[in-house]
Amino acid sequence: MKTAGRYEPYSYFQLMEVSLRELLVEKGIVTEDAIAGAMAAMRERGPERGAAMVARAWIDPAYKTRLLENGSRAAEALGFEVPGLKLIVVENTPQTHNVIVCTLCSCYPRMLLGLPPEWYKSRPYRSRVVREPRKVLAEFGTKIPAKVRIRVHDSNADMRYMVLPMRPARTEGWSEARLAGLVTRDCLIGVALPKIPKTRKS
Amino acid sequence: MKSGSDPDFGPGDRVRVRKAAPLGHIRTPFYIRGHTGVVERICGAFPNPEELAQQRDGLPAQPLYRVRFRQQDVWPGYRGNPADVIELEIFQHWIEQ
Repeated sequence: MKTAGRYEPYSYFQLMEVSLRELLVEKGIVTEDAIAGAMAAMRERGPERGAAMVARAWIDPAYKTRLLENGSRAAEALGFEVPGLKLIVVENTPQTHNVIVCTLCSCYPRMLLGLPPEWYKSRPYRSRVVREPRKVLAEFGTKIPAKVRIRVHDSNADMRYMVLPMRPARTEGWSEARLAGLVTRDCLIGVALPKIPKTRKS
Repeated sequence: MKSGSDPDFGPGDRVRVRKAAPLGHIRTPFYIRGHTGVVERICGAFPNPEELAQQRDGLPAQPLYRVRFRQQDVWPGYRGNPADVIELEIFQHWIEQ
């Protein structure tokens, strides 16, 4: 990749990636277009699917039960294809707060939440949230009361995780779509809580 | 006959993670090796990642457990609610009772 007036040599892994990609294209196993299309689709994906699952669970107790029993099947029930994904959904309650990390790399339910944020992949988050979760959450602006138990989930092998946050108070009668709008990526990782935007007084 | 994929443990069982440092692609983080926790659920059985990384089939699949550890047992001087926990996925071959 040339940039005008600037040249940086490829790193070892960049060189490996380019070599492998060019070989696969040369041998007709994939096309450049297919790779570009897959990358674009991955970049465009956001946390909307995860948010939709949470909103449905908030209004439909039977769906919530399914979601907590088998996250992947519950995703499919809303029409989201998640081939190979083994999803565990963990529920926040007044007594328990959940937060997700992958200490070994950056495992993340990308099919449902899109690409993980940079900080999720960073060493400081990965190494600190396991041993001082309350401090790290406070740095995100999420203060968990001392009496609430924190469950940290290390996504270290084959399963992937998503948090089911608590439905905020004063949202009675809200539509499913409006509820889904409260569920941000950070709520689904467990570093934030859904908040009702402050309404401007007219 | 018992197959390699049969789980030896079930929810509620106390299990200890092997304290070992073999080379290779290991999905058991160092910080949890040697610690004792309680099986929260059985996740299923999955090909052994250490074998997969060596281009082998990883079979028989290894039972994978969700194991819950008390934070104050894992981190000396842990500050927070004594009920705080950390949960990880541990393959059966990394467990010694």
